[in-house]
Amino acid sequence: MTHILTISNLHVSVAGKPILRGVNLVMRHGETHALMGPNGSGKSTLGLAVMGHPLYEITEGAIELDGRDLVALTADERARAGLFMAFQRPVAIPGVKLADFLRHATTNMRKPERKEGEELLPMREFRRELKGKMEHLRMDMEFARRYVNDGFSGGEMKRAEILQLAMLQPKFAILDETDSGLDADAVRLASESIAEFGREKMGMLIITHHDKLLEHNRPDYTHVMLGGRIVETGGVELAHELHRQGYDRIRNAYPDAEASNRAMADREVALSV
Amino acid sequence: MTSDTATLSPTDQIGDFNKYDFRTESPAVFKARKGLDAAIVQQISEMKGEPEWMRDFRLRSLGIFDSKPTPTWGGLIDIKFQDIYYYLKPTDSQGRTWDEVPGAIKDTFEKLGIPEAEKKFLAGVKAQFESEVVYGSLKGDLAAKGVIFTDTDSAVREHPDLVREYFSKIIPPEDNKFAALNSAVWSGGSFIYVPPGVKVEFPLQAYFRINAESMGQFERTLIIVDEGAEVHYVEGCTAPTYSSQSLHSAVVEIIVKRGGRCRYTTIQNWANNVFNLVTKRALAYGDATMEWIDGNLGSHLTMKYPAVIMMEPGARGETLSIAFAGAGQHQDAGAKLIHRAPHTTGQIISKSISKNGGRSSYRGLVKVEHGAKNTKCKVVCDALILDSQSRSDTYPYIDVAEQDVSVGHEASVSRIGEEQLFYLMSRGLSEPEASAMIVNGFIEPLVKELPMEYAVEMNRLIQLQMEGSVG
Repeated sequence: MTHILTISNLHVSVAGKPILRGVNLVMRHGETHALMGPNGSGKSTLGLAVMGHPLYEITEGAIELDGRDLVALTADERARAGLFMAFQRPVAIPGVKLADFLRHATTNMRKPERKEGEELLPMREFRRELKGKMEHLRMDMEFARRYVNDGFSGGEMKRAEILQLAMLQPKFAILDETDSGLDADAVRLASESIAEFGREKMGMLIITHHDKLLEHNRPDYTHVMLGGRIVETGGVELAHELHRQGYDRIRNAYPDAEASNRAMADREVALSV
Repeated sequence: MTSDTATLSPTDQIGDFNKYDFRTESPAVFKARKGLDAAIVQQISEMKGEPEWMRDFRLRSLGIFDSKPTPTWGGLIDIKFQDIYYYLKPTDSQGRTWDEVPGAIKDTFEKLGIPEAEKKFLAGVKAQFESEVVYGSLKGDLAAKGVIFTDTDSAVREHPDLVREYFSKIIPPEDNKFAALNSAVWSGGSFIYVPPGVKVEFPLQAYFRINAESMGQFERTLIIVDEGAEVHYVEGCTAPTYSSQSLHSAVVEIIVKRGGRCRYTTIQNWANNVFNLVTKRALAYGDATMEWIDGNLGSHLTMKYPAVIMMEPGARGETLSIAFAGAGQHQDAGAKLIHRAPHTTGQIISKSISKNGGRSSYRGLVKVEHGAKNTKCKVVCDALILDSQSRSDTYPYIDVAEQDVSVGHEASVSRIGEEQLFYLMSRGLSEPEASAMIVNGFIEPLVKELPMEYAVEMNRLIQLQMEGSVG
C-alpha cells in the first residue's frame, strides 16, 4: 500500500508573524527525505505545523495524507491518521510512566476508532513488544517505569522518542534533530535504530544539520530550507555538500529567501533578549 | 489484582456512572428529631446508656459550641444547624458477620466493595451507616495479641480506663466550634489500641456512609499506638447527593508513643452537598512517626488540617495531601506541624487541582516552639489549575521561635501546559485523555503511597472528577 503525504503552498504564522511562506513537499511511503537549512529557516516550524501544534497557524495551503486534508484536524487526529514527530526537546510529563503512556498511545494508534475508556492493548502482548524494542535500543526495561522525559539526559530523551516511533509505527514521521546533543556513539545508535524501525517502513523526513544521522538513512531526496521556503531539492549528494561546505552557496543563490531568513533570525534574537 | 496494575493506565477500569450516588431504603430504628439542643444531646447519651461523665462532657461541649462564633475564614460555612438530624440509629445491634447486618445496609456496603476488600487485604473493618457502626471485624490473631479495634461507643463501655485517659485530651471541645459540636453529639467512629511492639501488617479500615437526607455524621476516633507498635488505618467516606445540606464533622485523636508508627489514610469522596469540617490531631513521642495521607475529592466545603505535634526528640510528622475541587466545591485543606522538642522532623506535601470553577486552598502552619532546636521542616505545595474559572490559593503560616532550625517552603502554581497537552496529543491521545493523564501524573506522588487497591480507586475517582460526573 503506498501512502502519500502532500504539502502544498503551506503558509504558517506564529503569533501573527509569518514563518513559512509557501512550502511544497511530496513524500511517499518508504522514502527518506532529509531537510536541511540554517538556523531559523523554518524546519522545526514545518514539523510542528504539520503535526498540528495549536500555536502554529496555517494561513494558507494544504497538508494531505492520501488525499485527506489534515489542516482542520487536531494533533491527536493527525497522529491517528498516521503522522508522527520526534521532538527536538520533548517536554516532561511528571508522574506519568513511560510504559503507561506508550500503552495508551500505541492502543490509540492501532485502534484509531477506540473510544475513551475502552480496552487497551493486552498487557502481556504490549509488554513483549515493548521489551523487544527497548532491547534493540539498548534500553533497560526499568527505563519504562520512569516518568516521561522527566530528568532524562539528552541521549535518553532521543532514544525515548525513537522508541515511540518504533512502537507507534506511523505512516509518516518527522524527526527533528534527533542527533542534536548526542555524542558520536549515541548518534550512531540513533542512526541505526531509525534505519531499523523506520527506513522503508514509513515515509521519513529527517531534519538535521549533520550527515551522521543519514549514514544509515541515505536520503532519496534532500531539501534545503531558507527563509521559510524549500529553495532547492536534490539527492544524497546535496546533503553531503551542505555538510561539508555550509550554506553560503545557497544564501547567495536565493537572496530573497536569505533576506527573509535574516529578518526571522533577527526577530528571534530580539525575542530572546 | 495482578502485578499488571503496577502499570495500569489511569483510564483503565473506568465506569460511566458514579457508583457512590445511590440511596438505600432502610427504616431507622430511632431517629432524633431535627435540630440541636440540650434535650437532643441528653437523648443521644441515654440511647447509648453512657456513664454520667460522658453525658456531662457532651452537655458542657454543647455550651461551648453555642458560645463560639462560626469561623469566618476558610470557606463560607452557611450551615442551617437546626435543619440537620444529629442522630440516626440504623440498626439494633452491630453485626459480627455481614449476614447479621440488615439486608439493605449490607447491600450498600457490598456495592461499595467493603466485604470484598476485607477478604482480600484488610486486617479489620468497621462500617458506619449514619450514626452507628453496623459491622465490625478484626482478624483473630490480632485480637490474640491484644490489639483492640472497636467502635468508640463500645470502647467507652469496655475500655473505660484507656478512653478516659486520652479522650478529648488532644482535641478538647474548646479547640474550635466543630470540635465542640462533635464532642456534644459524637457517635460511632473507631477506637484502636495497639500494644507495645505489635506491628499490624495489613491495614485496618473504617468506612463512613451517610445515606439519609439532611444528616449529620459525627464520628469520633481515638487511636493509641503504644511503644514500638505500628498500624495503618484507612478510612473512606461517601454519600448520595441531595439538594439539602448534610454535615460531617469528625474528631480524630491519635497518640503515637516512643518508637511507634502510625499512618492514617483518608479518601474522602462526600457528595457535593456535604460540609466536611473535621479536626484531626496526633501526638508523636520520641522517635515515633505519624503520617497523614489525605485525599479530598468530594464535599461542598472541606476544612481540614491534620496536625502532628512532635512532643519528644526524634519524632517525625508528615502529611501528604491531595485536594480536587470541581464545580461548586471548595477544598480548604492543609496541615499543621508543631515542633515542641529538639531534633524533630516534619514534612508537608500538598497538591491541589481546581477545575470547572472549583476552588482549592492550601492552609498550613509550621510552628517551631522555644527549645525545639535542630528541627527540620519542609513544605511543598503544588497547585494545578485546569481552566480560567477555577482558583487556587496558598496560605502558609510559619512561626519559628528558635534560631537553629531549617524550615523550607516551596510553592508552585501551574496550568496544564499547552506543550504537555500537545506532546501527548501528538501521540494519538485525545485532549480529555491527555489532561487526565497529566492530572494523574500530578497526583502520582500520593497515589504511590496508597495500598494498590486504593491507588486504583483513586485513579478512578480522579478520572470521574475529570469527566465531571461526580456530584
